[in-house]
Order: sequence, then C-alpha cells, then structure tokens
Amino acid sequence: MSPRPPDALLAAAERLRWEVGDGLHDTLLETIYAEASRLAERAVDREGAAEKLPWERTLDRLLTSRLFGFPLMLLLLAMVFWITVAGANVPSAWLSALLVEHGHAWLRGLGEAAGLPAWLLGLLCDGAYLATAWVVAVMLPPMAIFFPLFTLLEDFGYLPRVAFNLDAVFRRVGAHGKQALSMTMGWGCNAAGVIATRIIDSPRERLIAILTNNFSLCNGRWPTQILISSLFIGALAPPALAGLVSAAAVVTVALTGIALTFLTAWFLSRTWLRGEASSFSLELPPFRPPRFLRTLYTSLIDRTLFVLGRAVLFALPAGVAIWLLSNLEVAGAPLAVHLAGWLEPFGLLVGLNGVILLAYVVAIPANEIVVPTILMLTALTARLGGIGSGAGVLFELDDPLAYRALFEAGGWTLLTAVNLMLFSLVHNPCSTTIFTIYRETGSVKWTTVATLLPLGMGFLLCFLVAQLWRLAALF
Amino acid sequence: MSRARPDAGADPCAGCPSRPVARLERLGLEARGADFVVALAGNPNTGKSTVFNALTGLRQHTGNWPGKTVTRAEGAFAYDGRRYRLVDLPGTYSLLSTSTDEEVARDFLLFEQPDVTVIVADAARLERNLNLALQILEITTRAVLCVNLVDEAERHGLRVDARQLARDLGIPVVLAAARQGRGIGELLAAIADVATGRFACRPPRASVGEPRLERAVGELERLVRERFPGLGNARWVALRLLEGDARIVEAVRSGRIRELERPARRPEAMP
Repeated sequence: MSPRPPDALLAAAERLRWEVGDGLHDTLLETIYAEASRLAERAVDREGAAEKLPWERTLDRLLTSRLFGFPLMLLLLAMVFWITVAGANVPSAWLSALLVEHGHAWLRGLGEAAGLPAWLLGLLCDGAYLATAWVVAVMLPPMAIFFPLFTLLEDFGYLPRVAFNLDAVFRRVGAHGKQALSMTMGWGCNAAGVIATRIIDSPRERLIAILTNNFSLCNGRWPTQILISSLFIGALAPPALAGLVSAAAVVTVALTGIALTFLTAWFLSRTWLRGEASSFSLELPPFRPPRFLRTLYTSLIDRTLFVLGRAVLFALPAGVAIWLLSNLEVAGAPLAVHLAGWLEPFGLLVGLNGVILLAYVVAIPANEIVVPTILMLTALTARLGGIGSGAGVLFELDDPLAYRALFEAGGWTLLTAVNLMLFSLVHNPCSTTIFTIYRETGSVKWTTVATLLPLGMGFLLCFLVAQLWRLAALF
Repeated sequence: MSRARPDAGADPCAGCPSRPVARLERLGLEARGADFVVALAGNPNTGKSTVFNALTGLRQHTGNWPGKTVTRAEGAFAYDGRRYRLVDLPGTYSLLSTSTDEEVARDFLLFEQPDVTVIVADAARLERNLNLALQILEITTRAVLCVNLVDEAERHGLRVDARQLARDLGIPVVLAAARQGRGIGELLAAIADVATGRFACRPPRASVGEPRLERAVGELERLVRERFPGLGNARWVALRLLEGDARIVEAVRSGRIRELERPARRPEAMP
C-alpha cells in the first residue's frame, strides 16, 4: 500500500475514541437491547403465554437427549434409507427395461433405418444415449424418494436438533458447532454445503468446515451407495432382511463420513489451522408441521430434477468420451483397455480396479455419472459384447441382479464393492464444488488442499481396508 | 413462473383497495425496469424466504433452520402499476458484520440503499428481533416491520399490538402469517406507501445515553457531515468510526463512503 496523507476525520475519530474509552460498543448494544426490551414489553400481550407447547418440549427433550439423541438420529437416517432402498428397486428395474433395453434397441433400429454410418450410430446410441439412459435409470428413483423424505425432516425442524447433538463433538475437535448445519447441507450438495459455511464467523473454523464438507455424502453419491450396497451387501442377507441390511450399510458409510469429518477437523485444528473453538448460540426453532404437497413439489423440482438435469448434462459428453475411449483402437486394443490396464495394478493394490479409477477420472465433473461410467467401461473391458453390436443379452436388465452379474464378470468381489463405497465417500470433490471452494476461499492453496487431501485419504483408507481384508482371508 | 393478474373486467373486486392482493402481479425473476428496490431483512428463520415466495411467486427453497439463506436471492413483483425488485438478504442477528452473511446484509442496506427495507420479525421472539430492527433503523429510515408467524405466537398465547409498535417505531407495522398468506395484502400496501412516500417514516433517534458519549458522537457527526455533506446517515457513520469499525474506517479512507451520498437511486428506471 502506498502511504497516504493522514486523514483528518479518521484522526479525529481516533482522538475521540480515546476520550470515550472502549466501552462504547457495549454501551451502544445495551442501549439497543434496553430499547428493544421496552418496545416488546409495550407491544406484546403475554396473557396465557407458555414458552413451548408441552408436546414440543417433550419431543425436544427426546431428540436432543444425551441418551436418545444419537440413537434416534441413527434410527431416522436408517429409516430414510430403508424406505429409499426398498422403494427404488422396482421403478429402477422398470426404468432400465424401458430406457436401456427397449429404448436403446429402438433408437438403434431407427438409426440403422436412417442409414447412419456405424461410427456415428455408435457415438450417439451406444455413447451419448446409453450413458444418459443409465444415469436416469440409476439416479432418478432413489432421488425421487430420498429428497422429499429429507426435505420433510428439514421443514419439520430436525436439522437444528442434529446440530445441537453434534455441537459438543465439533467443539471438542476444535471446529465450530454450526458446522453441523453446513455438514447436513452437504448431504444434499457439497457446493451448497460449502456456501452454507458462511454462517460461521471465524475464518479458521469456516475453513475447517469447507475442507471437510466433502465427507458429507452428496446427491450424486447417495445413489452409488444405495445401488452398490443393495447389490453386494444386501444380497448377503436373507431376502426379507436385504433392504434393512443395505440401508444399514449406507448409514455406516454416512457415519464413517461424519467420523472422518471429526477426525480431519481435529487434525487440522491441531496442525495448520490451530486455534480455539469459538462459542455461539444456536436457537432451536419450533417444530413446524411440514406441508407435504409443497415439499413434494419443491423437492422434486428444485432438487431431484435439478440434480438429474445436471447429471444428464454431464452424462452426454461423458458417454461420448467413454465411447471414444472404448472404440479408438491403439495397437490392437481400445484406448480404454490400455488406460484401465495401466491403472489396474494400482487399482488392485487399493482393493479397487483399473476401470473404477478410470471412471473416477471421467466422472470428475459430476459424481452422478460414476456408476453408469463404471457399468459401461466394465461391459467394454470385460469384452462382454453388447455395446457397439446392438442390444445384446447384456442389456436385459429388468432384474437388478443383472448389474451384479455384469460386475462379477468384470472381476468384482465383495472387497471391490466395499472399497468402491468407501472411495465414493472419500475422494476429490466434483469440479463444481472445487470451483465453489475457490470462490469462497479465494485461495489456490486451500482449494488444492481441499481437492487432494480427501483423494489421498481415500487411497490410504482403501489400501488399508484391502490389506486387512486380504490378511483376514488368509486365516 | 409469473401468474397472470386477474382480469379486471372479469373480477369486479380486483381493483378494490380492500383487496390489495388482487393488485399483486408476481413477476418471478423478471426484475428489469423496476421502479423501486425492496430489501427483505430479519433474524434467521423468521420466514423471510416464505414472504419472498409469496410476493414474487418464486419457489425459493425454504427450510426450518437458522442460516438457510446465506446469499441474497432476487425476484420481482408489480403492485398498483409499479414494479418492485425484491432482494432476500441473509438472516442475521445483528449488523455488526462479524461474519460473511452479516456483511452481505449490511453492505446491501448501506451501499445499495433500498427504497424500502422490510424487516421480517418472529412474533414469538419479538424482543430479540427488535434488536436487529433497531440496528437497521439506524441505517435506513424507510422501512416496514412485518411481524411474521403470528399464528405460532397465538398458539403460544402471545398477542402483538401492531399499532403500538408502529407508533413507537415510526414505521408501518404489519402482522402476518406468510405461510398461510395472511397479511400479505397489508404488507404490499405498506411497502407501496413507504416507497411512494405516502407514508413518511419517522423512527426515533436513540440517544447514546451518557452525556459524555453523546458529546463525542455529536462532534464526530458534525465532522462527518462537513466532510461528506450529502451523507444521509452521518450519525450512524460517526458511531461506527467511534467504535473503530474496520470496514467503515476503510470506506472513509478509500472514499467508498461517498457512495452513500447518492440520492436513492433507480438504476433500471433510467433510459
């Protein structure tokens, strides 16, 4: 800064500030508080006033009690996921029969009749269309169930109670209690969660909240969790319990995310972002009966269709990229096979595989397209035919278990599924979130940390799980 | 998203002053050519976004937790032949500007100088909500107090005397339950009255109390006025300077404070 001439007004302010002492701020606040109190006294008739209705008090005590607060939170979460898992299976199968099986064959037939060249037909039908159809089939049903349920909880006033329950833990790890709110917003969308950290006053604690927001499973990742868990983990249980077991698995992953949030916040507040947690007051708003139709409408339009639209937008070019990767042949094999093969040793080392890692590179713009990308790449590299040769047996996916058969043909084990769920929780944020972090922090350094820290942690976590798993298999 | 205004010929009641909502035309995002700028301010979780939706016909996501809106959302509506741009500010407990959301709210009130500021308050927590209302009235006098959630307050046995409050604050006070659409008509009429100058707001200037402080504030206020003659709220600036508010000190140093000298502007109305 260039030196400026001393400002007469500011100098006078400085002098007067010395004269009045530093009690001015408090005096001003006290004046305002006294005035507000006097006005409210005159204007509010408190006859027959009760602080809170009896049922509200009881419910609040229950939801935020030391004993029942956490178990009730887990129960509510598990219920939401169970309803989602149980409800999404049928429409998902129906959609994939319609869009992937019949729609693809029909579109291909149409293209062939129109005399399109094979490469263009492949690019459009087997690339762009198929990726998009898969995104819709895999994503739409769970989202259309999960978002309204979550929004109902939000409108009812449950989120501040979650924040209340988690506040003590956040404070103990050196973070801000309000981070519980930005964390739960992250369960919708991490970019939104990062913006929500603006409610945190202290820059240090806000940065911690931004860096750890990615550990909240977002829109784009819930369907991945739900699909993989019902295919591989729910399938381990007897059919009657399958839904509950897969819901429990998803809750476990979400809780792992919360644990990692705490762990990372604790680590950061003791290393680069040292400092004391600042205190704040959080008010518990009254419970408000949610308006069902309104909630259904807004959560379907604002959240479900918005996220789906974004997914489709990214799926189209990704589909083209996948098709090109799988059809551009280099040295006798498609590019995708080279790339996946090149990534394979490292993938196997961390209990994943080359295809999954390649899919995560293709899916950096949006987590939503991870599963469809993995499906397509697996189908291609496992050389199952189907793509590029018309709708073969592969696409008769009216049974969700057909997905599983496809994954198994790609060499998947239970370990691959578990590690994919973990890696989906702990990896770099999507490009939208990365951009939002840059905008909010204005710092290349912290944006880089926010991107690479979870990626490194994800590899480490998957590596450790894979080694333990393999060790356990020896005995 | 805009809903058509009921056809005046078909609905004989449409033009009647006793039915102000009928004269509302929700314009959604169509904020161009606005005659007036209206800001929505208030404590967190008092229903600002619900009021915003009721006026603009937009469907901003609302949530039952404090801190849901941290950025500002904009929409528009037309009422009585005038177009209004409506800005939903983040909910804050004060304007001391310690966090980003408070800064967003204060900077807007200060530098954008809305023609009307609607202060949305929770009827059941009026005392605490009035703290913010009084701080806002130090910055701008052209305001309307919307005491929202009166249905909840009534359930808890609380009654708010709007006329008493209006007399004490010197601004229009409207009781509302925006979720049920109650009071939106009165709110519209009050906004229009303040915007067009039919209602002249006269909030009382709170004295600092101690004579020693009052003298210092008075002296600095005079100096501020000398230096920036066009400043509308010289006293507020003097108070902030006396407190050593870093952002205001910087605004004086950089000269940005001069932006406060402009008359309330009508940007989009200019040809």
